[in-house]
Amino acid sequence: MRSVALVGLGVVAVTAAVALAQAEPPPPQRAIPNPVSGREFATPETLAIQDDDFLNPAFLWVEEGEQAWNSVEGTAGKSCASCHNDARETMRGVRARMPAYHPRLGRVVTLEQQVNICRTERMGAPALPIDSRPLNAITTFIALQSRGMPVNVDISGPARPFFDKGEAFYNTRRGQLDMRCGSCHEDNYGRYLRADLLSQGMSNGFPTYRLKEQRVISLQFRLKGCVNDVRGEAPPMGGEEFTNLEFYLAWRAQGLPVESPSVRR
Amino acid sequence: MLHTGHPTRRGVLGLAAAGAAIVLAPVPASATLSAAAQAAVDRVRNNRTPQEGRIVLRAPPIAENGNTVPITISVESPMTAADHVTRIHVFADKNPTPDVATFHLTPACGRAQVDTRIRLSQTQDVIVLAEMSDGSLYMTRAEVKVTIGGCGG
Amino acid sequence: MASPIGQPRVRLPAQIRAGEVIEIRTLVSHVMETGQRRDQSGAVIPRDIIRRFEAKFEGQTVFAMDLAPAISANPYIAFQFKAERPGRFEFTWTNDAGESRSVTQELKLA
Repeated sequence: MRSVALVGLGVVAVTAAVALAQAEPPPPQRAIPNPVSGREFATPETLAIQDDDFLNPAFLWVEEGEQAWNSVEGTAGKSCASCHNDARETMRGVRARMPAYHPRLGRVVTLEQQVNICRTERMGAPALPIDSRPLNAITTFIALQSRGMPVNVDISGPARPFFDKGEAFYNTRRGQLDMRCGSCHEDNYGRYLRADLLSQGMSNGFPTYRLKEQRVISLQFRLKGCVNDVRGEAPPMGGEEFTNLEFYLAWRAQGLPVESPSVRR
Repeated sequence: MLHTGHPTRRGVLGLAAAGAAIVLAPVPASATLSAAAQAAVDRVRNNRTPQEGRIVLRAPPIAENGNTVPITISVESPMTAADHVTRIHVFADKNPTPDVATFHLTPACGRAQVDTRIRLSQTQDVIVLAEMSDGSLYMTRAEVKVTIGGCGG
Repeated sequence: MASPIGQPRVRLPAQIRAGEVIEIRTLVSHVMETGQRRDQSGAVIPRDIIRRFEAKFEGQTVFAMDLAPAISANPYIAFQFKAERPGRFEFTWTNDAGESRSVTQELKLA
């Protein structure tokens, strides 16, 4: 009788332990609960360029991206439009929810990676190098279709471990200057670093036309620059660390309107 | 350390929300230019004495990035066949080379106003000369601050 | 090989009345290589810029600009034009190598 009861308790205990292990971890708290877009930290002259679709040089990339969208490329004889038709309809909301967990690949992918997955797997076209002009043109064109929509990435379920890795990267001190991303973008936004007014490092405006580079840049190009700026060694663009970091950053900006293509200094 | 409010650029600098570039206060013509800029100005002057006035140079007082500085130049002129601006010259005092642009206007323009985006390698004076159809010459110059950013420039 | 001159964009206002002075805005994709930069090996990257922009109305040059390397990449040029009659505009960008790219646009009066 007692042994049966003990076994019963044991079963209940094991079941309870398994149930606890599988329960969804509590949603994380944002260090900045009400984020502010980088545009609030830009000068009126820069905003004047961003807010006019003719003056904004990023629209040169949008035009190139639209042409690429409609161009056949690769052994399958298809263009993006062959499957996705009019991007204005089919790509609406896509950038707002990227990066996203890819069930078949079992990992989180960025918009850039998804474009290359489509190209290599479905078009028989070569992958475009990360941060190359042709790839930035396509992602900027796609991102424009989400302009104004709130950033809304899903970090739940199988995506969560990748989010956690991205969060850990964000909070790890690195480089000769021994700083974490938050050292500037959480602890010191609104203050001046030499002559730069530090923003909260929100990614809702990417891809962006960077005045310094005089071209549209991808987010991971900027992330590489940030790690270089603290005199650290940046992991490769398009690699696991930056992909997870980009995922975390998107969640940090959750709710902010997509501003791509923005103009930043 | 978390901020309860978030200072934005506009808050920090007290700038009007709907402001574009401001009209820069002109620098006195007596202040010395670099040798290269002075030579470039002298070539345009061709022994004429430039007059003050008529030219309005709009630019950001502090350039967000020296690679892309938006400027607008307006010159008061009726732009008629008898009285119009023929050329507007722009020089940068401390760039590696002083030439920035020369604009060629005709009465068909109707108004002497041009916009472009320029590169400035450091804080320096931008110099504008306007030549008129009657041979007269006007000049202005103003300082644009270009800073080294904290995040790798 | 000179850098390509991208597809230019030109904007005229939508409604133009006879006698009105309008703003014409142009933007073109171009790297505007200054000749001051060096590559990884330390060699100077040669200058390669758009050096001239011309606007012709009904075959007559009405506005032109000589550009130096100090003009930013993806040159933005805006100028004014008194719209007296309808006609055809031709805008031409020319680089250091003498290659050029043109776009035409009709000016219609409301």
